Amino acid sequence: MAIRTLFFSALLMLIAPMYSVAADEVNVYSARQESLIKPLLDRFTEQTGAKVNLVTGKGDALLTRLKSEGMNSPADVLLTVDAGRLYRAQEANVLQAVESDDLNRLIPSHLRSADNQWYGLSVRARVMVFAKDRVEANQLSTYEALAESQWKGKICVRSSSNIYNQSLVAGMIASQGMLQTEAWLKEFVANFARPPAGGDRDQIKAVASGQCDVAVVNSYYLGGMLLSDDQAQQTAANQVALFWPNQKDRGTHINISGAGITQSAKNIELAQQLIAFLASDESQEWYAERNNEFPVREPVKVSAVLESWGPFVADKLNVSELGRNNAAAIMAMDRAGWK
Amino acid sequence: MLVIVASLLQPFSSAWQHLFDTVLQDYITNSLLLMAGVGAGTLILGVSAAWLTAMCEFPGRKILSWAFLLPMAMPAYIIAYTYTGILDFSGPIQTALREAYGWQFGDYYFPEIRSLGGAICMLSLVLYPYVYMLVRVAFLEQSTAVLEASRSLGKKPWQTLFLVALPMARPAIVAGVSLALMETLADYGTVAYFGVSSFTTGIFRTWYGLGELTTAAQLCAFLMLFVFALIMAERWSRQRLRFHHHSAQKKMARLQLNGWRSMLAMSIGSLIVFLGFVLPAAQLSIWASTGWQEKLNAEFLRLLFNSFSLAAIAAVCCLLVAVFLAYTKRVFASRIELGAVAVASLGYAVPGTVIAVGVLIPVAWLDNQIDFLSTTWFDYPTGLLISGTIGLLVFAYLVRFLSVALNTVDSGLTAIKPSIDESARSLGATPSRVLRRIHLPILRTSLLTALLLVFVEVLKELPTTLILRPFNFNTLAVRTYELASDERLMDAALPALAIVIIGLLPVLLITKSILNEPFSNE
Repeated sequence: MAIRTLFFSALLMLIAPMYSVAADEVNVYSARQESLIKPLLDRFTEQTGAKVNLVTGKGDALLTRLKSEGMNSPADVLLTVDAGRLYRAQEANVLQAVESDDLNRLIPSHLRSADNQWYGLSVRARVMVFAKDRVEANQLSTYEALAESQWKGKICVRSSSNIYNQSLVAGMIASQGMLQTEAWLKEFVANFARPPAGGDRDQIKAVASGQCDVAVVNSYYLGGMLLSDDQAQQTAANQVALFWPNQKDRGTHINISGAGITQSAKNIELAQQLIAFLASDESQEWYAERNNEFPVREPVKVSAVLESWGPFVADKLNVSELGRNNAAAIMAMDRAGWK
Repeated sequence: MLVIVASLLQPFSSAWQHLFDTVLQDYITNSLLLMAGVGAGTLILGVSAAWLTAMCEFPGRKILSWAFLLPMAMPAYIIAYTYTGILDFSGPIQTALREAYGWQFGDYYFPEIRSLGGAICMLSLVLYPYVYMLVRVAFLEQSTAVLEASRSLGKKPWQTLFLVALPMARPAIVAGVSLALMETLADYGTVAYFGVSSFTTGIFRTWYGLGELTTAAQLCAFLMLFVFALIMAERWSRQRLRFHHHSAQKKMARLQLNGWRSMLAMSIGSLIVFLGFVLPAAQLSIWASTGWQEKLNAEFLRLLFNSFSLAAIAAVCCLLVAVFLAYTKRVFASRIELGAVAVASLGYAVPGTVIAVGVLIPVAWLDNQIDFLSTTWFDYPTGLLISGTIGLLVFAYLVRFLSVALNTVDSGLTAIKPSIDESARSLGATPSRVLRRIHLPILRTSLLTALLLVFVEVLKELPTTLILRPFNFNTLAVRTYELASDERLMDAALPALAIVIIGLLPVLLITKSILNEPFSNE
């Protein structure tokens, strides 16, 4: 008897959906990992009393789930960590446009889609780091200049499978055109110190230990190393310095993390509230403090680390272009032999 | 599975031309090299470990016989991270060397860990236990009469190994190595981190980067065809061979190793365990040692519970289905059945994310159809009934890990003479009675092994869990991955260590009975 009860309750547990569509709940599919979003969602719950249910995962996997679940999907909000995926979601028709003066005021127009299907929530800059003892800051200027022969065997960068490298090249295609970008890629790849491997922190460490002189990385990884509990990482991070590329022309390449409201959303108003909350001063400061990401608009206070890197000119290219050119960028990188 | 194969019917897009022109050759070469390397690595490590502990006697043998299983609890990408931390150019060893000799970058040669060779080493170190486990059981269950005959005919022990014991253990060796190879093909984390462009990274690059889901599915279908061909070729090549034996079992005296031989056995054994488990676990502990007190909270316990119960449920389900399939195959050994069993075992070679999507799409479709019908007929929307439930997750694990359980149960079943079945059946026993009264007791070891393997696999499993799980449901593997992918290894170390420790529990509990040598209590 007991076994039978146990069996049925186990069965019930297996098929009982773990969400509900109650009026004061909002369901989020997030490519932003839990530790970098949950604290904010908890804060939102504190302020509004609305419960937030969360699934995290890789952007494309979540998008596939969203697409196949269709109009019955429980998700109200899709959060991603790059513009390319938001663009892809828009193309797949799973997001809906929202008219919100609030959001339009909070988020500058080049960081959201033209028809308001998605909004940027934090800015990530792809910068250069260089070895303080071997390189002078004035030797560096632009991404384009890294193709010059003086950097032969001196450059470290991770694999072209990484979305931020893809976006960097996609941005270059948008501003320079395909022909120039391809020519640049050939020279740039020939300057690599080693075949691409590891993550951005590994590239920074390689610069610190003398394996190469310059690396192209996202700035928050350097921030994370500077603030790390690990003494070795701190030491490595202090041996390198950050350089803002392309300050005299188009500006440093940036990407965004952002969010959109799904077609299937049951609770559009609350979903809007959530996105507005994520764009509020409080949340923007938190991104800076917690993960060394830049706020989407100017006056927000940033963390001490970000402050120390000084102000910078960011590329004003609409981030949709990154998504539009992503596939072309990968093909170009394949042809140039960037592993 | 069908979803993936069906993709072949769709038109081949222009992305194929691009892949063909640029990277496809790289993908194929690297994957083949990886398979060859890991195949050789797991074969050598696994068989020597099994031979040492099953056939020889030397101090420390008992400890080693369970310690050899420990690396199994270590997810491959975690061991990759730890070894990179240790052996990288900026890691402690190379830094110390440079400081000691005043070298600079380029002054000396040091093997690059993040390379194809590195990936082969990492995967071999964590995958050899599959071979070890199955081959050891096979060695122990081998007819002592045959082995003794070989020795009494003047063959040296190592000649006996190569001429008699190994050929007789072939089904187990093949089962173990093919598990290891399938896991290698499905591996994404290690090769991606090491920058090796394999077929699997290619699938994801095509899907994520180029946004070509169809082309990615087609690549995947080719991968499956390749694995299917391998499995069929192997089965065909041994179709006329029979591996069961006829003599009554009795305990065979182990070969007593003395002097330098026993020292050698001990050091080889401990070296394998040290490299596969002790060293990476030590590195993880060092990373985890900062600030673990505050991270060890109620939420962390919740993760432990989720991971453990999910793995346990999935392991039991997998075992039940595997026994059913293996037994069906034995009773009605038709070609179709053989084919079906081979197909069911393909799941293991396919990257988890692909399995997950292959499960997700048809189930969501079914859900939406049910909702549509229910809405039109009864005016009652059901919403999504199955999608986003734990049940679906368990089903996906079943698809993915069935072959682990099946291979194990199957290789155990092969060692039982069909004449036993026949005598039992001729005495009037039903097939199910033969199963319960004769096979299950004999198969106990294989069954427990299968249970253990699936449990540990699910515990480490990431991509399927990531995409199919319900809201607010986390596991240790998910937590580890999220932190590690953000390159926060120090924070990732604690959940990673927890995976290893929970994985150890069943290893320790079940090993006693797995390793229980037949008739050892004289």
